Amino acid sequence: MAHSGPKPPHPDTLAVHAGQSPDPATGARAVPIYQTASYVLPDTDTAAALFNLELPGHVYSRLSNPTVAVFEERMAALEGGVGAIATASGQAALHLAIATLMGRGGHIVSSASLYGGSHNLLHYTLPRFGIETTFVPSRDLDAWRRAIRPETRLVFGETVGNPSVDVLDIPALAGIAAEHRIPLLVDATVTTPYLGRSLDMGAHLVLHSATKFLSGHGVVIGGVLVDGGRFDWDASGKFPTLTEPYEGFHGMVFSEESAVSAFLLRARREGLRDFGACMAAMTAFQVLQGLETLHLRMPRHVASTATLVDFLARHEAVARVHHPDAATHPDHALARRLYPGGCSAILSFELKGGREAGRKFIEALSLFSHLANIGDAKSLVIHPASTTHFRMDEAALAAAGIGPGTVRLSIGLEHPDDLAEDLSRALRASQK
Amino acid sequence: MNFIVQGYPAYAYGGGRAFDPALPAIVFLHGAALDHSAWQWQSRYFAHHGYSVLAADLPGHGRSPGTPRESVEAMADWVAALVEAACVERAHLVGHSLGALVALDTALRHPARVATLALLGIAVPMAVGEAFLAAAKDDSPAAFDMQATWGHARHASLAASAVPGLSQSGASRQLVARAHPGVQHADLAACHAYAPDPRSLAGLAAPTLVLAGERDQMTPWKAGEALAARIPGARFRTVRAGHAMASEAPQAVLRELRGHLAAGPAEP
Repeated sequence: MAHSGPKPPHPDTLAVHAGQSPDPATGARAVPIYQTASYVLPDTDTAAALFNLELPGHVYSRLSNPTVAVFEERMAALEGGVGAIATASGQAALHLAIATLMGRGGHIVSSASLYGGSHNLLHYTLPRFGIETTFVPSRDLDAWRRAIRPETRLVFGETVGNPSVDVLDIPALAGIAAEHRIPLLVDATVTTPYLGRSLDMGAHLVLHSATKFLSGHGVVIGGVLVDGGRFDWDASGKFPTLTEPYEGFHGMVFSEESAVSAFLLRARREGLRDFGACMAAMTAFQVLQGLETLHLRMPRHVASTATLVDFLARHEAVARVHHPDAATHPDHALARRLYPGGCSAILSFELKGGREAGRKFIEALSLFSHLANIGDAKSLVIHPASTTHFRMDEAALAAAGIGPGTVRLSIGLEHPDDLAEDLSRALRASQK
Repeated sequence: MNFIVQGYPAYAYGGGRAFDPALPAIVFLHGAALDHSAWQWQSRYFAHHGYSVLAADLPGHGRSPGTPRESVEAMADWVAALVEAACVERAHLVGHSLGALVALDTALRHPARVATLALLGIAVPMAVGEAFLAAAKDDSPAAFDMQATWGHARHASLAASAVPGLSQSGASRQLVARAHPGVQHADLAACHAYAPDPRSLAGLAAPTLVLAGERDQMTPWKAGEALAARIPGARFRTVRAGHAMASEAPQAVLRELRGHLAAGPAEP
């Protein structure tokens, strides 16, 4: 028998309201910027209770801040999670997730198709702390299965890979992760909760670089980590950081304290407390300003991208376009299933003429800005092999879907006809 | 911490402290398909402020194994047995929703085991809608949505959370969704069926607080007020919150419970 439950507010409404009540002190309707490092403790007993998690509340802005909490709760609502932790950057969100789940001896299985910064962390830096990562082709489900070891503690990938624009099969990977009683973490920076909710697809944890589409205007560095609250840490038996007493917090067993928010409790009480990569109140305010129009911006981003994918695919200077909107893309059907409203305002393409043509192309553009970022209101262009992914060798580049002539575009909110005209002029210049 | 209650293992959260039978004891009782973490704030606070705390997981919930008891009366017998298993003469009972009915019935059936009563989000009778019961019987996600949505103040997901960074309705929904199949329905059916002898309420001797949420969508505050009027000497108070007041307004609920407990137990 089909049952119909109460309808939650639409994402549009959540993007504008979730996590915020009018300011109790002043009645301010906009989110106030609580630009304070700390909070007055009314008496010693209340102070002790706040520090000991007997009472909820703010004690120090590295642990929590009212402005930042609005952003965290808004993201939890948009993603359908139990809560969130905002971080100083997307990289900090990834590190916080990993450091909360494992220590020396831990192992991660990750998609090879990753943002260069994430690849740096996993491939170069974490091995120094005893955490190894095996990279696998994102579409090869058997490779994911083969790479999982007894000490694997996390499966990780980007919802839509950057810059190769391959689509992660979250439902299939969630099934593989569940078979091995380990969680699936996805980086949903490119898709945002507006285009698809990763937790609903089966992911257990989701992170974003809030620098990109969430804030949407290229003005801040920030990140966020959301927990779906569905993973059973006790049943898994593989996560002593969450299921055994933590001497660093009065012997607290986080999964005993709360089965659904154990991960967030430890991540905040240890990860934010000790590593300290918290989000600033001003940053949260700026991200929230952007977030309130996420539902207006994302349809325009993806619609303009579809127009330009079509334009580039037909252009004689372009050897190949990578975007799931193209019917020839290997993830076209998967993208339609998981992201029916469009999946990415990021696209990449191979220019005829290789690296030299790429140089001419980028330098001939005038509307597109040549810089290392995505998800801005302004359209952006970069040559990954020489910038974001320059530490990768040829094999790793190929595994990430990057050729020497690959150009990545992030499509902004300008009129698509003006963008096409800019591309057209630069493409002609690239072939001279 | 673990006990043997009625011959089977049972779990109760101690609020981060070992249980000391020499201290006054408080037993917290959660609502339908939830567990001890519904009392996360109040239980930990009182455990560090002069009380021994047992935030129980009712049988078949959270960390207590087995299947749910099928009636409020059977759950009340289990609570009395838990108090006995903890080696205390009697305890303050603090219950929410289903847990409030269980606390009330424990006081009716086992008055010697109950020092005081705090009944949060309660209505007697506690009728549960047909559609809600039907969805819960099928373990439908719609039933989880109903409990999460109606179990909080209207549009709670749009409001600031009392716990920074936590979605109250999101966390509550996942807790219900994690319950074993059939648990939510068993609990709701027990609430729906509970019908104590109306005359018995007049004989309640335990000092009683009835605490209602002014924005409660499941057990409207007027139902709590009506119940309080039927219990001799009961105090009726409200907090600005929905049904899940212990997590929606943890500080206000704590203040009310502190005031209630400070009034002390009835003389034996």
